[in-house]
Amino acid sequence: MLHYVILVCLGIMSLATILNMVRLVIGPDMPDRVLALDTLYINAIALIILFGLYLDSDLFFEAALLIAVMGFVGTVAVSRYLLRGDIIE
Amino acid sequence: MMRPRAFLPHPWLSLFLLIVWQLIMNDLGAGTLIMGAVTAWLIPLMTNPFWPNPPTLHKPLVLFRFTCTVLLDIVTANIEVAKLILGPSRVLRPAFVEYPLELTNDFAISVLASTVSLTPGTVSSDISDDRKTLLIHGLDVADAQELIDNIKQRYENPLKEVFECSTT
Amino acid sequence: MNDTTWIEWLVAALILIGSVFALIGSIGLLKLPDFFMRLHGPTKATTLGVGALVIGSLIHFSTKGDGLSMHELLITIFLFITAPTSANLMAQAAMHLQLKRVKQTKGEPWQQ
Repeated sequence: MLHYVILVCLGIMSLATILNMVRLVIGPDMPDRVLALDTLYINAIALIILFGLYLDSDLFFEAALLIAVMGFVGTVAVSRYLLRGDIIE
Repeated sequence: MMRPRAFLPHPWLSLFLLIVWQLIMNDLGAGTLIMGAVTAWLIPLMTNPFWPNPPTLHKPLVLFRFTCTVLLDIVTANIEVAKLILGPSRVLRPAFVEYPLELTNDFAISVLASTVSLTPGTVSSDISDDRKTLLIHGLDVADAQELIDNIKQRYENPLKEVFECSTT
Repeated sequence: MNDTTWIEWLVAALILIGSVFALIGSIGLLKLPDFFMRLHGPTKATTLGVGALVIGSLIHFSTKGDGLSMHELLITIFLFITAPTSANLMAQAAMHLQLKRVKQTKGEPWQQ
Protein backbone atom coordinates (compact mmCIF):
# COMPACT_ATOMS: atom_id res chain seq x y z
CA MET A 1 0.00 0.00 0.00
CA LEU A 2 2.76 2.42 1.00
CA HIS A 3 4.39 1.74 -2.34
CA TYR A 4 1.46 3.24 -4.28
CA VAL A 5 1.14 6.20 -1.92
CA ILE A 6 4.83 7.01 -2.47
CA LEU A 7 4.30 6.85 -6.24
CA VAL A 8 1.34 9.24 -5.98
CA CYS A 9 3.40 11.60 -3.79
CA LEU A 10 6.26 11.51 -6.31
CA GLY A 11 3.72 12.57 -8.93
CA ILE A 12 2.45 15.43 -6.77
CA MET A 13 5.97 16.66 -6.06
CA SER A 14 6.88 16.50 -9.75
CA LEU A 15 3.85 18.66 -10.51
CA ALA A 16 5.01 21.13 -7.84
CA THR A 17 8.47 21.19 -9.42
CA ILE A 18 6.96 21.90 -12.85
CA LEU A 19 4.97 24.82 -11.38
CA ASN A 20 8.22 26.18 -9.92
CA MET A 21 9.92 25.89 -13.29
CA VAL A 22 7.09 27.90 -14.89
CA ARG A 23 7.58 30.68 -12.33
CA LEU A 24 11.34 30.48 -12.88
CA VAL A 25 10.86 31.07 -16.61
CA ILE A 26 8.11 33.72 -16.57
CA GLY A 27 9.06 35.47 -13.29
CA PRO A 28 8.98 39.14 -14.22
CA ASP A 29 11.78 40.25 -11.89
CA MET A 30 14.99 38.90 -10.43
CA PRO A 31 13.67 38.26 -6.87
CA ASP A 32 10.85 36.16 -8.34
CA ARG A 33 13.39 33.91 -9.97
CA VAL A 34 15.44 33.66 -6.78
CA LEU A 35 12.28 32.72 -4.89
CA ALA A 36 11.43 30.12 -7.52
CA LEU A 37 14.92 28.61 -7.19
CA ASP A 38 14.57 28.62 -3.40
CA THR A 39 11.29 26.71 -3.61
CA LEU A 40 12.78 24.45 -6.24
CA TYR A 41 15.56 23.25 -3.97
CA ILE A 42 13.16 22.64 -1.08
CA ASN A 43 11.01 20.57 -3.42
CA ALA A 44 14.13 18.72 -4.58
CA ILE A 45 14.79 17.78 -0.94
CA ALA A 46 11.23 16.44 -0.69
CA LEU A 47 11.71 14.46 -3.92
CA ILE A 48 14.96 12.94 -2.66
CA ILE A 49 13.41 11.93 0.66
CA LEU A 50 10.51 10.33 -1.20
CA PHE A 51 12.91 8.51 -3.49
CA GLY A 52 14.80 7.23 -0.45
CA LEU A 53 11.52 5.91 0.95
CA TYR A 54 10.72 4.33 -2.41
CA LEU A 55 14.03 2.46 -2.54
CA ASP A 56 13.84 1.81 1.22
CA SER A 57 17.36 3.19 1.62
CA ASP A 58 18.78 5.48 4.28
CA LEU A 59 21.62 6.68 2.07
CA PHE A 60 19.81 9.60 0.49
CA PHE A 61 19.71 11.56 3.74
CA GLU A 62 23.18 13.01 3.17
CA ALA A 63 22.26 14.21 -0.30
CA ALA A 64 19.13 15.92 1.04
CA LEU A 65 21.05 17.62 3.85
CA LEU A 66 23.75 18.82 1.45
CA ILE A 67 21.15 20.28 -0.92
CA ALA A 68 19.54 22.07 2.03
CA VAL A 69 22.85 23.64 3.09
CA MET A 70 24.01 24.56 -0.43
CA GLY A 71 20.61 25.90 -1.44
CA PHE A 72 20.48 28.19 1.56
CA VAL A 73 23.97 29.51 0.87
CA GLY A 74 23.04 30.10 -2.77
CA THR A 75 19.85 31.97 -1.92
CA VAL A 76 21.64 34.18 0.59
CA ALA A 77 24.47 34.92 -1.84
CA VAL A 78 22.15 35.92 -4.71
CA SER A 79 19.92 38.00 -2.42
CA ARG A 80 22.98 39.81 -1.06
CA TYR A 81 24.09 40.46 -4.60
CA LEU A 82 20.72 41.95 -5.53
CA LEU A 83 20.67 43.99 -2.35
CA ARG A 84 24.17 45.47 -2.41
CA GLY A 85 25.66 44.62 -5.79
CA ASP A 86 28.34 42.73 -3.92
CA ILE A 87 28.42 39.47 -1.96
CA ILE A 88 31.22 40.05 0.52
CA GLU A 89 31.84 43.62 1.53
CA MET B 1 40.05 28.56 39.12
CA MET B 2 38.53 29.88 35.90
CA ARG B 3 35.20 31.60 35.97
CA PRO B 4 32.50 29.32 34.51
CA ARG B 5 31.73 31.93 31.85
CA ALA B 6 35.30 31.81 30.52
CA PHE B 7 35.47 28.05 30.62
CA LEU B 8 32.12 27.40 28.93
CA PRO B 9 31.05 30.66 27.26
CA HIS B 10 27.75 29.49 25.77
CA PRO B 11 26.33 26.49 27.63
CA TRP B 12 23.10 26.40 25.60
CA LEU B 13 24.95 26.63 22.29
CA SER B 14 27.16 23.75 23.47
CA LEU B 15 24.12 21.64 24.32
CA PHE B 16 22.58 22.41 20.92
CA LEU B 17 25.83 21.49 19.12
CA LEU B 18 26.02 18.21 21.06
CA ILE B 19 22.44 17.31 20.08
CA VAL B 20 23.11 18.16 16.42
CA TRP B 21 26.31 16.07 16.51
CA GLN B 22 24.43 13.08 17.93
CA LEU B 23 21.76 13.49 15.25
CA ILE B 24 24.35 13.58 12.46
CA MET B 25 26.22 10.52 13.76
CA ASN B 26 22.96 8.67 14.49
CA ASP B 27 24.73 6.54 17.07
CA LEU B 28 24.93 6.54 20.85
CA GLY B 29 28.37 4.96 21.40
CA ALA B 30 30.83 6.28 23.99
CA GLY B 31 33.30 7.36 21.28
CA THR B 32 30.88 9.59 19.41
CA LEU B 33 29.60 11.02 22.68
CA ILE B 34 33.10 12.02 23.84
CA MET B 35 34.02 13.45 20.41
CA GLY B 36 30.74 15.37 20.40
CA ALA B 37 31.35 16.74 23.89
CA VAL B 38 34.86 17.93 22.91
CA THR B 39 33.51 19.57 19.74
CA ALA B 40 30.63 21.18 21.60
CA TRP B 41 33.10 22.60 24.10
CA LEU B 42 35.73 23.80 21.59
CA ILE B 43 33.54 25.44 18.94
CA PRO B 44 31.86 28.00 21.26
CA LEU B 45 35.26 28.70 22.83
CA MET B 46 36.82 29.43 19.44
CA THR B 47 33.89 31.41 18.04
CA ASN B 48 33.47 33.45 21.22
CA PRO B 49 34.68 36.73 19.60
CA PHE B 50 31.85 36.55 17.06
CA TRP B 51 29.19 36.70 19.78
CA PRO B 52 29.64 40.15 21.29
CA ASN B 53 26.58 40.17 23.56
CA PRO B 54 25.28 36.66 24.07
CA PRO B 55 21.68 36.30 25.18
CA THR B 56 21.08 35.08 28.68
CA LEU B 57 18.44 32.45 29.11
CA HIS B 58 16.43 33.17 32.22
CA LYS B 59 13.56 30.74 32.09
CA PRO B 60 14.16 27.59 30.05
CA LEU B 61 10.70 26.26 30.94
CA VAL B 62 8.99 29.29 29.42
CA LEU B 63 11.12 28.80 26.30
CA PHE B 64 9.98 25.20 26.10
CA ARG B 65 6.32 26.22 26.38
CA PHE B 66 6.92 28.95 23.79
CA THR B 67 8.40 26.38 21.38
CA CYS B 68 5.35 24.15 21.78
CA THR B 69 2.94 27.06 21.10
CA VAL B 70 4.95 28.06 18.04
CA LEU B 71 4.96 24.52 16.63
CA LEU B 72 1.19 24.26 17.06
CA ASP B 73 0.72 27.72 15.55
CA ILE B 74 2.86 26.76 12.54
CA VAL B 75 0.47 23.90 11.76
CA THR B 76 -2.73 25.94 12.18
CA ALA B 77 -1.27 28.96 10.35
CA ASN B 78 -0.28 26.75 7.45
CA ILE B 79 -3.78 25.41 7.06
CA GLU B 80 -5.04 29.00 7.02
CA VAL B 81 -2.45 30.10 4.47
CA ALA B 82 -3.28 27.07 2.32
CA LYS B 83 -6.95 28.13 2.33
CA LEU B 84 -6.01 31.70 1.43
CA ILE B 85 -3.80 30.51 -1.44
CA LEU B 86 -6.42 28.19 -2.88
CA GLY B 87 -9.20 30.76 -2.55
CA PRO B 88 -9.63 33.66 -4.97
CA SER B 89 -6.71 36.08 -4.73
CA ARG B 90 -8.85 39.16 -5.46
CA VAL B 91 -10.31 39.25 -1.95
CA LEU B 92 -6.94 39.13 -0.18
CA ARG B 93 -5.95 42.22 1.76
CA PRO B 94 -2.13 42.35 1.77
CA ALA B 95 -0.57 45.03 3.94
CA PHE B 96 2.74 46.29 5.26
CA VAL B 97 2.57 46.71 9.03
CA GLU B 98 5.15 48.48 11.15
CA TYR B 99 5.59 46.58 14.37
CA PRO B 100 7.09 48.48 17.33
CA LEU B 101 9.67 46.26 19.02
CA GLU B 102 10.13 46.10 22.76
CA LEU B 103 12.93 43.53 22.71
CA THR B 104 16.45 44.92 22.69
CA ASN B 105 18.68 41.85 22.43
CA ASP B 106 19.70 41.06 18.85
CA PHE B 107 19.27 37.33 19.25
CA ALA B 108 15.82 37.72 20.78
CA ILE B 109 14.79 40.01 17.91
CA SER B 110 15.94 37.49 15.32
CA VAL B 111 14.03 34.72 17.11
CA LEU B 112 10.91 36.91 17.06
CA ALA B 113 11.39 37.75 13.37
CA SER B 114 11.75 34.06 12.48
CA THR B 115 8.66 33.19 14.48
CA VAL B 116 6.68 35.92 12.75
CA SER B 117 7.84 34.62 9.37
CA LEU B 118 6.88 31.04 10.15
CA THR B 119 3.50 31.73 11.74
CA PRO B 120 0.25 33.44 10.88
CA GLY B 121 0.22 34.69 7.29
CA THR B 122 3.01 37.19 7.90
CA VAL B 123 6.61 37.56 6.75
CA SER B 124 9.02 39.86 8.51
CA SER B 125 10.67 41.89 5.77
CA ASP B 126 12.99 44.42 7.32
CA ILE B 127 14.22 45.99 10.52
CA SER B 128 14.84 49.69 10.98
CA ASP B 129 18.40 50.88 11.54
CA ASP B 130 17.78 51.75 15.18
CA ARG B 131 16.31 48.29 15.81
CA LYS B 132 13.03 49.61 17.13
CA THR B 133 10.63 48.75 14.32
CA LEU B 134 10.04 45.57 12.38
CA LEU B 135 8.41 45.77 8.95
CA ILE B 136 5.95 42.92 8.49
CA HIS B 137 4.11 41.96 5.32
CA GLY B 138 0.79 40.24 5.91
CA LEU B 139 -1.02 38.19 3.30
CA ASP B 140 -4.52 38.97 4.55
CA VAL B 141 -4.72 41.67 7.22
CA ALA B 142 -8.16 42.76 8.39
CA ASP B 143 -6.94 45.04 11.16
CA ALA B 144 -3.30 46.04 11.61
CA GLN B 145 -3.64 46.93 15.29
CA GLU B 146 -5.17 43.55 16.05
CA LEU B 147 -2.26 41.81 14.32
CA ILE B 148 0.24 43.83 16.34
CA ASP B 149 -1.53 43.06 19.62
CA ASN B 150 -1.75 39.40 18.74
CA ILE B 151 1.98 39.10 17.99
CA LYS B 152 2.81 41.13 21.08
CA GLN B 153 0.98 38.99 23.59
CA ARG B 154 1.51 35.65 21.88
CA TYR B 155 5.18 35.80 20.96
CA GLU B 156 6.96 38.89 22.20
CA ASN B 157 5.93 38.74 25.86
CA PRO B 158 7.15 35.15 26.41
CA LEU B 159 10.39 35.99 24.60
CA LYS B 160 10.86 39.06 26.79
CA GLU B 161 10.39 36.87 29.82
CA VAL B 162 12.91 34.33 28.53
CA PHE B 163 15.73 36.55 27.32
CA GLU B 164 15.55 39.74 29.30
CA CYS B 165 15.49 40.41 33.01
CA SER B 166 12.09 41.53 34.23
CA THR B 167 13.60 43.46 37.13
CA THR B 168 12.99 46.85 35.57
CA MET C 1 0.99 -7.69 11.88
CA ASN C 2 -1.78 -5.33 12.87
CA ASP C 3 0.79 -3.03 14.39
CA THR C 4 2.86 -2.68 11.21
CA THR C 5 -0.16 -1.85 9.04
CA TRP C 6 -1.12 0.88 11.50
CA ILE C 7 2.34 2.45 11.18
CA GLU C 8 2.16 2.10 7.41
CA TRP C 9 -1.09 4.08 7.36
CA LEU C 10 0.46 6.78 9.54
CA VAL C 11 3.52 7.09 7.28
CA ALA C 12 1.32 7.16 4.18
CA ALA C 13 -0.88 9.89 5.66
CA LEU C 14 2.12 12.01 6.70
CA ILE C 15 3.87 11.88 3.33
CA LEU C 16 0.59 12.56 1.51
CA ILE C 17 -0.10 15.60 3.70
CA GLY C 18 3.48 16.79 3.20
CA SER C 19 3.32 16.50 -0.57
CA VAL C 20 -0.03 18.27 -0.74
CA PHE C 21 1.31 21.17 1.35
CA ALA C 22 4.40 21.46 -0.84
CA LEU C 23 2.14 21.49 -3.91
CA ILE C 24 -0.02 24.23 -2.35
CA GLY C 25 3.13 26.27 -1.72
CA SER C 26 4.11 25.93 -5.36
CA ILE C 27 0.59 26.81 -6.52
CA GLY C 28 0.82 29.94 -4.39
CA LEU C 29 4.16 30.75 -5.99
CA LEU C 30 2.58 30.55 -9.42
CA LYS C 31 -0.81 32.08 -8.73
CA LEU C 32 -0.51 35.03 -6.35
CA PRO C 33 -0.29 38.43 -8.04
CA ASP C 34 2.78 40.16 -6.57
CA PHE C 35 6.19 39.22 -5.19
CA PHE C 36 5.53 39.97 -1.54
CA MET C 37 2.45 37.75 -1.56
CA ARG C 38 4.30 35.00 -3.40
CA LEU C 39 6.84 35.01 -0.61
CA HIS C 40 4.25 33.51 1.74
CA GLY C 41 3.76 30.25 -0.10
CA PRO C 42 7.30 28.84 -0.06
CA THR C 43 8.25 30.10 3.41
CA LYS C 44 5.31 28.47 5.13
CA ALA C 45 3.52 25.80 3.16
CA THR C 46 6.59 24.24 1.57
CA THR C 47 8.57 24.24 4.80
CA LEU C 48 5.76 22.50 6.69
CA GLY C 49 5.31 20.11 3.76
CA VAL C 50 8.93 19.00 3.88
CA GLY C 51 8.66 18.81 7.68
CA ALA C 52 5.72 16.40 7.52
CA LEU C 53 7.46 14.35 4.82
CA VAL C 54 10.64 14.06 6.89
CA ILE C 55 8.69 12.97 9.97
CA GLY C 56 6.93 10.31 7.91
CA SER C 57 10.25 9.04 6.58
CA LEU C 58 11.70 9.12 10.11
CA ILE C 59 8.87 6.95 11.46
CA HIS C 60 9.28 4.55 8.56
CA PHE C 61 13.02 4.05 9.09
CA SER C 62 12.73 3.93 12.89
CA THR C 63 10.21 1.12 12.85
CA LYS C 64 12.04 -1.00 10.28
CA GLY C 65 13.83 -2.90 13.03
CA ASP C 66 17.39 -1.55 13.12
CA GLY C 67 16.95 0.96 15.87
CA LEU C 68 15.90 4.55 16.17
CA SER C 69 16.95 6.78 13.27
CA MET C 70 16.55 10.43 14.10
CA HIS C 71 19.05 12.12 11.82
CA GLU C 72 16.51 13.16 9.22
CA LEU C 73 15.13 15.52 11.82
CA LEU C 74 18.20 17.67 11.07
CA ILE C 75 16.79 18.60 7.66
CA THR C 76 13.61 19.87 9.29
CA ILE C 77 15.47 21.82 11.97
CA PHE C 78 17.75 23.33 9.34
CA LEU C 79 14.86 24.33 7.07
CA PHE C 80 12.94 25.87 9.94
CA ILE C 81 15.95 27.98 10.86
CA THR C 82 16.90 29.03 7.32
CA ALA C 83 13.51 29.61 5.67
CA PRO C 84 12.71 32.86 7.56
CA THR C 85 16.25 34.13 6.99
CA SER C 86 16.16 33.66 3.25
CA ALA C 87 12.62 35.07 3.08
CA ASN C 88 13.78 38.14 4.95
CA LEU C 89 16.76 38.65 2.62
CA MET C 90 14.64 38.21 -0.49
CA ALA C 91 12.08 40.69 0.83
CA GLN C 92 14.86 43.21 1.47
CA ALA C 93 16.20 42.70 -2.03
CA ALA C 94 12.71 43.18 -3.48
CA MET C 95 12.17 46.37 -1.50
CA HIS C 96 15.55 47.64 -2.60
CA LEU C 97 14.62 47.06 -6.24
CA GLN C 98 11.19 48.66 -5.58
CA LEU C 99 9.10 45.93 -7.16
CA LYS C 100 5.53 46.90 -7.85
CA ARG C 101 2.82 45.74 -5.48
CA VAL C 102 -0.86 45.06 -6.08
CA LYS C 103 -3.07 48.10 -5.66
CA GLN C 104 -4.95 46.99 -2.58
CA THR C 105 -1.76 46.73 -0.50
CA LYS C 106 -2.06 48.90 2.58
CA GLY C 107 0.98 50.59 4.06
CA GLU C 108 4.28 51.38 2.41
CA PRO C 109 7.68 49.77 2.69
CA TRP C 110 10.03 52.41 4.01
CA GLN C 111 13.16 53.63 2.31
CA GLN C 112 16.30 53.80 4.37
